[in-house]
Formats: sequence, structure tokens, C-alpha cells
Amino acid sequence: MTAVQTCPECEDEVQIGHAERLNDIIECAGCRAELEIVALNPPVLALAPEVEEDWGE
Amino acid sequence: MIRVAVVGAAGYIGGELLRLLVGHPEVEVVAAVSSSFPGKRVDGVHPNLRSATDLLFCSADEVGECDVAFLALSHRTAMTQIDRWMAVAKQVFDLTGDFRLDDPEVYQRYYGAAHAAPALLADFVPGIPELHRERLRSAGLISMPGCMAMAGVLALHPLVARDLVEPVAQLDARTGSSGSGATASAANLHAIRSGAMRVFAPTRHRHEVEISRHIGIPVAMTATGVEAVRGVQTVCHTTLRPGVDKLKVRRAFREQYRHEPFVRLVAHQRGNYRYPEPKILLGSNFCDVGFAVDEEAGRLVTIAALDNLMKGGAGNAVQCLNIRMGWPEGLGLSFPGLHPI
Repeated sequence: MTAVQTCPECEDEVQIGHAERLNDIIECAGCRAELEIVALNPPVLALAPEVEEDWGE
Repeated sequence: MIRVAVVGAAGYIGGELLRLLVGHPEVEVVAAVSSSFPGKRVDGVHPNLRSATDLLFCSADEVGECDVAFLALSHRTAMTQIDRWMAVAKQVFDLTGDFRLDDPEVYQRYYGAAHAAPALLADFVPGIPELHRERLRSAGLISMPGCMAMAGVLALHPLVARDLVEPVAQLDARTGSSGSGATASAANLHAIRSGAMRVFAPTRHRHEVEISRHIGIPVAMTATGVEAVRGVQTVCHTTLRPGVDKLKVRRAFREQYRHEPFVRLVAHQRGNYRYPEPKILLGSNFCDVGFAVDEEAGRLVTIAALDNLMKGGAGNAVQCLNIRMGWPEGLGLSFPGLHPI
């Protein structure tokens, strides 16, 4: 069973497959944010830490 | 099959038009007009077209009736020849700057010369599918926007249309050398251009008034030539209206471009090119748009990137042709770009 949640970063729909487990990381197709599954029943997504680009130093 | 003529076919935009049109399944290129190379092989000037076509350049006098004429002439030339091409072709697509503004006085202020065909200015439909698709379906005269103007319009229109930003924008545009055309000049020598980040228009670039015309707010633009042959990137600075956050901005872009075949929202959290990057769009007809918000300062930065010869020129003209003829909008425009490049 696939669940559909909203990306906390961009509000795009994110599909959570039946094989996903707690703390798995999935990627949002809309903004490419990495999202951690912090709860399963019902599924809850949270932003995983991101690495910033910095070419100007 | 429709019969088309490309006028000014030896230039960079003309060459890109030929590249797209000789491979277009519904088009026969019947004339490649060049005042410099009549009788010469097209692939002598555009070597990327070797084995794609055996066309020879011809003079304007040799062109008979056709369905569509694309004018890829130098600025101020199309308006002096427009009567000729309107008599020859059922539809005229102008890729010069001559018919991009609808007010002859504004044209004179920005282009430094009186317009030669002011009565026709209002008859041209702007070749911006994202704003004027319905008008393009029946247009006889179509004026293609400037490359930096196209990027600026697509970056700002969704925000201004929804009143999400204060009504003034500053725009920093970067462009590759092919935007200067195929005519040699001292300013375009490799020794002068290579390695430079040349601010060639710090104020009052012609495209700023064109962007203002389409989005309806004043725009101040700076243009810089950078170390690239193709590619345009515009970085636009605006101030958010009170209460507008990044989700509202994202919703605006998503809503505006959800069904657009050649505009993509690129504001990513991961990856090498998180914001619009012209390099990976070269040869494609895409315009990527993205944004970043400083909510504390109320500042919004929007970015757009495209290939100036494609979505900023010939590719966009072919997209408009497809719309005008009722064909699938992406016909002949499926190339997705290269990576790495």
C-alpha cells in the first residue's frame, strides 16, 4: 500500500511505498529535498539535514 | 508540409532555425536567404548541418510565395523589409528587435532611431507562448522576444501577476557571446572577450523595457557578457509583499507553469545545479526558473536560464510555429540538452 504525503519543504506530493521503514530517507521529486520518515502510522516526513553549496570562499 | 523561408540564414539565429527546421517533420525549408553568401552551400557556413541539407543560400529576390518567413536579420533591417516579406509569406515571424515594443516613441528612446513601420507595431503578437498562447494560434505577424527578456519575463511574471512582490524589479543578466551575432567587431575579438566578465550594459539595456511591457512593472536591468558561447541567466531581485513566504512563491511558479512544456521549476535542495544553469540547457528549448527567499529581509531572488539561440530565439520561434499551425507544441524540439558539457 502506497501512502501519499506532502513534502514539508515544497508541498509536492511524495509517495511512501509499502517497503519504506522508520528513518528511511526518500527524495522529493519537486524540490529534491531528502526527507526522513519519522513516523509510519500515519506516515510523517521531516526534512533531513542538507549540505549547502559554497563556491565563493 | 508547409514551405518556409529563413531570411538572414547565415547568422547564428538563422543557423539555429535551419538546424531545427530541416529536421522538422512538417516543414520544408524552401529558401535560406543570405545577402553575404548567395549561391554558397548552407553547410559551408553552418558545418553542423553537413549531410542534413544540401540547401544553397539564395538572395531575397529569388524567394517565391511561401507559408512562413522567419526574419533573423540584424536589428533595424526587418522593419525596412517587412512589406516585402508580408507580401511573400502568409505568416511572418520576426526574430529581430524591430517589433518587440508597441510604442514607437519608446522604441526610439531605447533603440536610438525612429521606427520605419510604426503602424505595424500593434499588429505583432509577442512570441511568448506562456503569456499569449491563444493569440498565437491565429497570428499573422509574430515578434519573438529578446533572449534576456524571455528569461526575465518567465522569472517574474508569476509573481507580479499574483501581486506577491512590490512593483519594481532589478535584473542582472549574463549572456554568452553568440548573443552578439555573427558579425565580427573589435569588441568581440577573442583577446578582448575571453576570460572577461564584461558589464556591457549597466543601465537601460533594451530588454528591460520589453520585460516591463510584458509584466507590467518597472524593471532596471544590467547585462554582462561572460565566458560562454551560448546561454543566458537572469537573476532578478524583488521585495516580497508582507505575508508572502517561500511556499506562496513556489505555489505561484507551480501553478503558472504546471502545464507548460518548456518551463521547469528548479529550486532544489540537493544536486549540483540547484538553481537554473544555462550550461545543461544548451541546444534544448527549456527555460528553467527557480527562486530563493530571505524571509527575514523580505527579499526574493528569482533565477531563469535558457539557451539564447533556442528558448531565447530559434527554438521559441519553432514552438510558436507549432502553436500557430496546430501541431504538437514540442514537435522538432525534443532535444533535452547535454550533461556533462
